[in-house]
Amino acid sequence: MLIIGEKINSTRQRINRALISKDSHYIQQVAVDQVANGAQVLDVNCGINIKNEPELMSWLVRIVQEKVKVSLVIDSPNPDALEAGLKVHQGSAIVNSITAEKNRYEKILPLVKKYQAKVIALTIDEKGMPRTARERFDLAKKLVKVTAEHGIPAKDVYIDSLVHPVSTEPQQVTEFLEALRLIKTLPDVQTICGLSNVSFGLPNRSLLNATFVAMVLCSGLDAAIIDPTDKSIRSAIKAAEALLNRDQYCASYIAAHRESKL
Amino acid sequence: MIDPKQIAENLINGQAPKVKELVEQALKDGLTPGQILKEGLIEGMNVVGTRFKANEFYIPEVLVAARAMHAGMDILKPLLAKSGDKPTVKFMIGTVKGDLHDIGKNLVGMMMEGAGFEVIDVGIDVSPEKFVEAVKEKKPHVVGMSALLTTTMPSIKTSIEALKSAGVRDKTKILIGGAPITENFAQEVGADGYAPDAASAVDKARELLQQR
Ligand code: B1M
Ligand SMILES: Nc1nc2c(c(=O)[nH]1)N[C@@H](CNc1ccc(C(=O)N[C@@H](CCC(=O)O)C(=O)O)cc1)CN2
Repeated sequence: MLIIGEKINSTRQRINRALISKDSHYIQQVAVDQVANGAQVLDVNCGINIKNEPELMSWLVRIVQEKVKVSLVIDSPNPDALEAGLKVHQGSAIVNSITAEKNRYEKILPLVKKYQAKVIALTIDEKGMPRTARERFDLAKKLVKVTAEHGIPAKDVYIDSLVHPVSTEPQQVTEFLEALRLIKTLPDVQTICGLSNVSFGLPNRSLLNATFVAMVLCSGLDAAIIDPTDKSIRSAIKAAEALLNRDQYCASYIAAHRESKL
Repeated sequence: MIDPKQIAENLINGQAPKVKELVEQALKDGLTPGQILKEGLIEGMNVVGTRFKANEFYIPEVLVAARAMHAGMDILKPLLAKSGDKPTVKFMIGTVKGDLHDIGKNLVGMMMEGAGFEVIDVGIDVSPEKFVEAVKEKKPHVVGMSALLTTTMPSIKTSIEALKSAGVRDKTKILIGGAPITENFAQEVGADGYAPDAASAVDKARELLQQR
């Protein structure tokens, strides 16, 4: 599974302060730390600073890639900020995100194409967020269709069918898992989600997140936005991949054990 | 004789059937619906709000307490309507345009209900036009707007401006909230008040009503 580090996000107080003071040192340290802990891609977000988001995003992408040689997930609802990040990004970026709302994807998909990026597509449309697995699946099909119409192949599309907190919507986790299974029946399309939403509002979040990651892996998740420095999540991923035959000869599991990383 | 405190206690523990039973018993014992509401249900929700604010209660515990409150309210509502003790303050709440987050909004609504307000929930992704229409139709004493995204914070401003243009801005008090909202922002956009959480929202609404 593709592990995407979530920690460079302006909703986190410490990161937001670093963004405002342009403290590249601190942000680079968070980047290095996540990669050292197994993140293959890093999510970058500076959205709380709405006034100069494009300029900040351009700076953020540059200082992060200066330090770690990984691709980035450029996380913003603002097309100008997305383009500012894409312009300076090295390698193939992932755009976070479009929805099935026409005014949104029509602005963003041309950028995805122009910069040969990949794209995260949320199953949200003008009517809002779907409640059932079937509705999520229908929106996923629509998203695959509109991205294809813009010249983006299904393999470059990551469908995010939105994890809800189990504390407030107890029936949504099973709907989400079922949606994953349905979406994986579509050829080539990838699936992604932010994990930590699931445990919002409950104690011992790390245990819930780790248990949930094993469940989503079993249902076919391809990529997850997580905190890679959280050892229980990391260990659960290794264990689940070994159990699901997604880790040949359990090699990666054994290696992690030898390095005392489980 | 039922002590309203018992009702509050069971509400705090989320015991909906027990709350229902105790409310019925209390009525038989001759307590007034108003007294049961105030000293039982509202008192209980106050404690829940305080504990949530202090991070002692988790979200599901608030939800299950709210369910218990509703179990009691279902019995009291028709009686309150008859006795003239019905809620006198109307609180309208919605999440602004472009924003689908409703958990915080719902908690604020529940606490307001718990505090004895009549709550009119206009839902999520509420456009400025819809706010105007709803305010004209329902004439709430306080309008609450919730926004959870930095990108939808400006919708608060456009909604307040729409209320102004429609000439109904001064007919109501405007209370705003949501994770990215600050006191400063509230002043900037011309709201009457800001509350950082559901329990303070009740206090703030009461304070705004005093100013009327
Ligand atoms: C009227 O007066 C008042 C007074 C007080 C008021 C008030 C009104 N309204 C609220 N309050 C106050 O009282 C309440 C109780 O004390 C409090 O309400 P809150 O709402 O703050 O608190 C609730 C009780 C619990 N909190 C919540 O419910 C929000 C929790 C987090 C995890 C969250 C959730 C759950 C969700 N999300 Co969303 N989500 C996040 C949130 C991250 C976080 N840690 O906060 C946030 C808000 N989301 C975000 C984003 C980006 C998004 N989300 C989205 C979707 C979702 C879910 C569907 C998965 C789900 C919503 C489910 C639902 N039914 O509401 C998408 C947008 C959809 C849309 N158009 O609205 C999406 C764009 C997708 C994405 N990339 O995740 C981020 C916003 C970033 C920003 N800069 O704006 C975010 C901070 C997460 C993050 N770390 O990046 C107070 O604020
Ligand atoms: N496509 C997509 N993109 C996303 C999400 C998603 O679902 N899908 N969800 C988010 C994933 N990223 C984060 C980043 C940080 C935190 C985080 O750290 N949260 C702390 C609070 C922040 C803090 O430390 O102050 C919390 O308690 O929830 C959680 C998710 C944002 N981007």
